[in-house]
Amino acid sequence: MNQVDPYLIPALDGVAYGLLLFVVAAGLVLSFGVAGILNLAHGTLYAIGAYVAAILSDGSWLALLLALAVGVGAATAGGAALSGMLAPVPRGDHLTQALLTFGVALAGGSLLVMAFGAENLPVRVPATVDRPVDLAGHAYAGYRLVFIAVAAALALALHAVVTRTRAGMLVRAAVDDPDMVACLGVNPERVRLGVLAASGALAGAAGVLGAPIIGPGPSTAATVLLLSLVVVVLGGRNGHSSVVATLVAALAVGQIQTLGVALAPTAAPFLLFAAMAAVLAARSHGLIRRWSPA
Amino acid sequence: MRALLAVDALSRRYGSLVALDRIDLRIGEGERHALIGPNGAGKTTLLDLVAGAARPDGGRIWVAGRDVTRLGPARRARLGVGRIHQRPAAWPSLSTLDNIAVAGARRCGGYRRTLPAARQLLSAHGLPDVTAAQLSHGQRRQLEIAMALAGRPRLLLLDEPAAGLSAVEFSQLSAVLRDLPRTVTVLLVEHRLDLVYALADRVTVLRDGQHVATGTPDEIRASSTVRTAYAEAVI
Amino acid sequence: MRWLIAPAVLAAVAAPWLADPYTTATLARILVLGLVAASVALLTGVAGLPTLGQTAPFAAGAYAAATLALHSSSVGVTQLLMGASVGAAFAALTTPLVVYARGVVFLMITLAIGELVVTAASRWRSVTGGTDGLAGMPSPRPLWGLPILDTDRARYLYALAVVGVVLCVVVLLLRGPAGMYLRGCRDDEARMRASGHPVGAYLAIAYIAAGAIAGLAGSLLVTTQQYLSPADFGFDVAALLLLGVVIGGAGSVVGAIAGTAVVLAARDWLSGLLPGRGPLLLGALFIAAAYVLPRLRFMLRRVVA
Repeated sequence: MNQVDPYLIPALDGVAYGLLLFVVAAGLVLSFGVAGILNLAHGTLYAIGAYVAAILSDGSWLALLLALAVGVGAATAGGAALSGMLAPVPRGDHLTQALLTFGVALAGGSLLVMAFGAENLPVRVPATVDRPVDLAGHAYAGYRLVFIAVAAALALALHAVVTRTRAGMLVRAAVDDPDMVACLGVNPERVRLGVLAASGALAGAAGVLGAPIIGPGPSTAATVLLLSLVVVVLGGRNGHSSVVATLVAALAVGQIQTLGVALAPTAAPFLLFAAMAAVLAARSHGLIRRWSPA
Repeated sequence: MRALLAVDALSRRYGSLVALDRIDLRIGEGERHALIGPNGAGKTTLLDLVAGAARPDGGRIWVAGRDVTRLGPARRARLGVGRIHQRPAAWPSLSTLDNIAVAGARRCGGYRRTLPAARQLLSAHGLPDVTAAQLSHGQRRQLEIAMALAGRPRLLLLDEPAAGLSAVEFSQLSAVLRDLPRTVTVLLVEHRLDLVYALADRVTVLRDGQHVATGTPDEIRASSTVRTAYAEAVI
Repeated sequence: MRWLIAPAVLAAVAAPWLADPYTTATLARILVLGLVAASVALLTGVAGLPTLGQTAPFAAGAYAAATLALHSSSVGVTQLLMGASVGAAFAALTTPLVVYARGVVFLMITLAIGELVVTAASRWRSVTGGTDGLAGMPSPRPLWGLPILDTDRARYLYALAVVGVVLCVVVLLLRGPAGMYLRGCRDDEARMRASGHPVGAYLAIAYIAAGAIAGLAGSLLVTTQQYLSPADFGFDVAALLLLGVVIGGAGSVVGAIAGTAVVLAARDWLSGLLPGRGPLLLGALFIAAAYVLPRLRFMLRRVVA
């Protein structure tokens, strides 16, 4: 027990961190898998949610709910706007898409800093959970437990949507075979709009709820984008287990970022590398080839 | 006659559809062998499996006595399996000459050593030296044939080479195929039975992934089972 | 466009006598980044593997050369070899991560690799000096027995010579079979396989060669800038390089250098225009480029045809 004890808190933090990354990465997988767009402004949409949370939060539940509504709304609108901006770019033109979304990320990040300053903003959590909770003899931040519960519920809901609903079925089919959407006669413009708006909503929700964990600041967007990219790479996209694989990858990255740092402070980026190398090397040729458009 | 291509109990399924059901086939060295059958008989699937473009669900494939079942398409091509695709697919940004030279390079000791032969093939097929993207459909098909021959294949797989050709182009193609040296073994999938009967030493009939008959063109023409197989499919 | 090359080379050689030392140092930096952009063009345009990760071997080569410069050798050639071999080794180690990916997946994995390297560079303080950066690398002498490159002009000319030689080698190689094979892989990979070409091996070699070029550029950065920080290898640098390559015409290794020069000049001009608003204007530049460039290319093609 004593040997495990000092690592209980970072391990729990890792779960919270991982669930947060899962919600962000799910949005990335959606835009990437269904619409074929690598959205480099995805982290910026998270940052919008996080800034909204920082501005509106005053320690009450009502403010958190309001922030959630405003933040999700703003990020959804951001995703929809991005879809409109991408409309003139041909579907397979990844380079132009990358340049465009990077430009949006750069300009958007700069606008956020102009509006909210170059400091990391503090975020207040609702007063009732803004205190330590006793957990096996350790004090643990109450909000993080609430966050873990909410994010886990969100993950379950996502899994249910993807595996049980018609829309989810379409998403899964499209991730498996990108040409299929076109064959079904669904308007690709509307698919892109829907996908980017939904992925914006996920990033916004993660931003508002996760603001006390990865707070709003000038480097937020880049950090969130990088970590969720690593999650997407690790999670791969093997058909039906897509949601589960992404979740497992997100939890693993969360543990590397918290428990890994606690165990070996300087090694975290190398651990992420090693994890990517191990997973991609283990996953043989065939599975990866299914990823590629050709 | 030694079998250059041997196929044993080869099977391939797409989901619940059985595209090929335990097919056996022996093709001797230098033989011209045609595969015929109604649409959906599994002819192109068989070519894909022999070329390594698809993996079988069961069975084995030997080329020149070597088990190639587990080899990828590039390894098989280096062993001398060449293919003329149903849809001609050159490398559009390379010139026609470079297309032929690159196609032959791995079997002929590199790009530079292939160039003289590639120049000959270019003029033999009446092709201009422009980028491949500028060619007409008929020229692309000529280029496709030249590319396949540049690799000096031992086994040449032809997937409906006559599809969409004009009368002149068709007679050109017939002449090219007729003049192929006997060092090249040919497996031909074709709907135009005049070409099949003019060229083939033996013919195999497939239907719904099943083997129906194998024999000389005369035997196949005379066979009632073959006629019923076709007639039922047409009806 | 070919007639432009001779006057451009002449102008590049004459530049340090016409410009002040600060501008000369800036030009040297543009040359170095142009060389990295050439490696991006090799992968993105020629081999068809769009990359945002060439900053990673660039950084690996730079820190390796800096370590060498600080602790043992001040000979330029050994530093260049060090940078190139470490860049190549880095690429070889990451080859299994990327070689089966294509298109947008390749873009994503290389971006993750590039970002992880920057993160690692800011944490591994004993080698990289962390976010404070690494300074005090002495100016090298190009070869044993030659004088030390102690002016901005000398360092610029050294960089120009190295970049020129590397570019000539790359262009010559790409004119030969190697270039054919890579363009073949880009155009139609399955057809390459059907002709017996080991596509995976070709792309792996291209990736490692691009890593060596970027690593060599990294050691040149140590010479020209004499200071390294993780910011030299950030995501924005990778995106700038990609924009430069797209402007330069994607498939053209020489065009990549010209494109990078244009992009860097535009960036510096924009940040001087409205101090503190540089990133905003740069973002706008990217967005504008995304809309204008495809149209421009289309119009150019129609004019040519």
